[in-house]
Amino acid sequence: MNRWLIWLPFIAFAGLLGLVATELSRPTDRTVRSALVGKPLPAFALPPALPDKPGLASAMFGQGRPRLLNVFASWCVPCIAEAPHLMTLKREGVEIDAIAVRDTPDAIRRFLMRHGDPYSRIGDDKVSAAQLALGSSGVPETFVIDGKGRIVRQHVGGIRADDVAGLIDTVRSAR
Amino acid sequence: MIAEAGLAALWLAAACALLQLVMAAIGLRQTRGETIDQLFAAVRPVAIVGGLLTTISFACLIAVFLRSDMSVLLVAQNSHSAKPLLYKFAGAWGNHEGSMLLWVTVLGIAGGAIALLEHRLAERTLVATLGAQAAIALGFFAFLLAASNPFARLDQAPADGMGLNPFLQDPGLAFHPPTLYIGYVGLSVAFSFAVGALVTRDVGTAFARAMRPWVLGAWIFLTLGITAGSYWAYYELGWGGWWFWDPVENASLMPWLAATALLHSVTVLATRDGLRAWTVMLAVIAFSMSMLGTFLVRSGILTSVHAFAVDPSRGTFILALLALYIGGAMALFALRIGTVKAGNTFELLSREGALVLNNLLLSVILGLVLIGTLYPIVASAFGTQLSVGAPFFDKTIGPIVLILVAALVAGPMIRWRRDQWSALAGRVIAPIAAAVIALAALILFAPFKSVLSLLGLAFAIGLAVASVAPLWKRDLRRAPLFTYGMVIAHLGVAVSLAGMASDSAFTQERLVAAKVGDPVSIGPFRVRLEGIKPVIGPNWSGLEARLSIQRGDGAKFIMRPEQRFFANPPTTTSEAAIATRLDGQLYAVLGQPDTGGRWQLRLWWKPFVTFIWLGGVLIALGGALSLIGRLRRERRPVLRERYA
Repeated sequence: MNRWLIWLPFIAFAGLLGLVATELSRPTDRTVRSALVGKPLPAFALPPALPDKPGLASAMFGQGRPRLLNVFASWCVPCIAEAPHLMTLKREGVEIDAIAVRDTPDAIRRFLMRHGDPYSRIGDDKVSAAQLALGSSGVPETFVIDGKGRIVRQHVGGIRADDVAGLIDTVRSAR
Repeated sequence: MIAEAGLAALWLAAACALLQLVMAAIGLRQTRGETIDQLFAAVRPVAIVGGLLTTISFACLIAVFLRSDMSVLLVAQNSHSAKPLLYKFAGAWGNHEGSMLLWVTVLGIAGGAIALLEHRLAERTLVATLGAQAAIALGFFAFLLAASNPFARLDQAPADGMGLNPFLQDPGLAFHPPTLYIGYVGLSVAFSFAVGALVTRDVGTAFARAMRPWVLGAWIFLTLGITAGSYWAYYELGWGGWWFWDPVENASLMPWLAATALLHSVTVLATRDGLRAWTVMLAVIAFSMSMLGTFLVRSGILTSVHAFAVDPSRGTFILALLALYIGGAMALFALRIGTVKAGNTFELLSREGALVLNNLLLSVILGLVLIGTLYPIVASAFGTQLSVGAPFFDKTIGPIVLILVAALVAGPMIRWRRDQWSALAGRVIAPIAAAVIALAALILFAPFKSVLSLLGLAFAIGLAVASVAPLWKRDLRRAPLFTYGMVIAHLGVAVSLAGMASDSAFTQERLVAAKVGDPVSIGPFRVRLEGIKPVIGPNWSGLEARLSIQRGDGAKFIMRPEQRFFANPPTTTSEAAIATRLDGQLYAVLGQPDTGGRWQLRLWWKPFVTFIWLGGVLIALGGALSLIGRLRRERRPVLRERYA
């Protein structure tokens, strides 16, 4: 048998080992990539969730200024945890709209009184239709919509303190 | 106390393995002398004691699980006092640490068994083999003791445990992992034999005869384990059916393919002293595939629906072991195989030639499964996320399986050394005729679905006819047991293939939203939803649908699919109801209710699907008969020598 050929299994294995080792040493990327990122916001028109605040339609986005779209519910515990960070974002001048999923006006009002109200508009999504159209699988989730009405980023799960700076950057650069 | 005893036994077993390795290494360095004989004589008992100690350690783990000793971290994390006894027992290996201890236990028992039972191999090769076995065991002992101690205690015992994943609370857990592990780790014996033979350059018929029963034994367990796992995945909803090409499934298939190839090539080596280098390489590859599978599953580098103990930090440790053992064995192969004398050669058309074809085709399938399984990692290294699934595997492997089956039709009818094409043509005419008639009948009478499944059915029928040919015109009482073994195993392949092809060609599915009282029809059955009622189990509550079913004018029978809610940990599982008939299975699943009082019902009629696992059991049975036949025949001269 050829002297070099018999090293083939060893070399093949070494190559495999190298590949797997580099892959293992790389930090795992757990970012959820939405298929909608880069696409225009899907069309929806939701009635107001509260009598004293306007409802939300996709046509309200894409008017030159980037906005944040927060999908939340008063019955959701991580939404309480992210509420102060949404308030911070609002203080930084970020405009935030919301979709309230499977909720009632009374519960939403109580939630906003207790945890602060960062929202300009709240759409009432009784059957999760808009939520599903957005490709959002749970609450809370936050979308950054740029000035042309396209989805720039999808943040799955609650916003934590260390996410705030990144979100502000994304909003500022999304014209 | 029990946990500490288990840990102590584990440390002592590790010490035995170290001793075994050192003694073997020192002994093999010298060529003759009294010390050598003494060293060699001591290696066997040490291996046996090591095997006993790991068994004791594993028994201790079972004991703490049975007693629900919540002060042991592993028990607290994976068990619950309200769990049925069977799952307390089987739960011992339903987690990372416990399953690694099971792995090491099988490794230790295998080493002890070689020391106790192997008397045919040359003494030096045997000692080298035991040394290699000890080296493998040491790495896994280090892994257990340093990174995954199963006996770690908690300072403060919790009131109760966190429970076992409800998906694992199934009788399958008691059977499937242990058989699979015996198979995986049993292949370590073949690996150690190969390393031992390379160290002493002693590759020949004696080596092949000594290795064959071990390979056969491991392969039988592997076959049973995969068959059991396939059936479990089939009736457990959400696991993708009887075969899903999931990385964990592929991880078990790859060693099986390598072991199947090895099983056939070792026969060539034992009978005709051919394929020396190839057989040694396959023995190395078979266990390498077991270890690679363990690594892929445990490191979390690939995503799987069957992975229950993923921890990337541990991946590095297993990877280091992999580099050491597989890399070492392959380097040893490359350095030494040139110095092993070439064995006998043979004609192209001969039994040997047919077995080479078998090995080539099995290797191609193994290569395809390996590429398909690893490709997501390769792609991810270049920045693309993708997954490889059934469409790839079905398209690439399906046709090669058909070629393999065609080769299998002819193979056992070809004589050793050399044969005539014209003579062979006369022998294969009956199976080919059977396949052609079957194909014609299927095209005429069966609803056409896919070419591959039609051909699969026709080939299966041809193979079924061909597989009994070795018994044709023979005195059935005088045919050796291993010939029966071969016939039954090959028949099992035909039966299994028929099941797979039938499932993909003829399965019918219905998804309906039914109110109580609504009739539904599926295949030859009429189904009526009679009612939904709550049920309660030992550690779950649930909803049970009552379906009354009638086939034609036959007697009515009842099926009860369930939804179960487990509290520890909180999970909902769907328990399918399955009615088995001779010609197939009716499979019913209860889904969610809608707002109008209707219930989602999913029904399948799967003709002859049971053949898949029946074939698997037949293959394993054939292996067992063959193993008994070989052991009987080879024991005789040994006994005669001893008592002459």
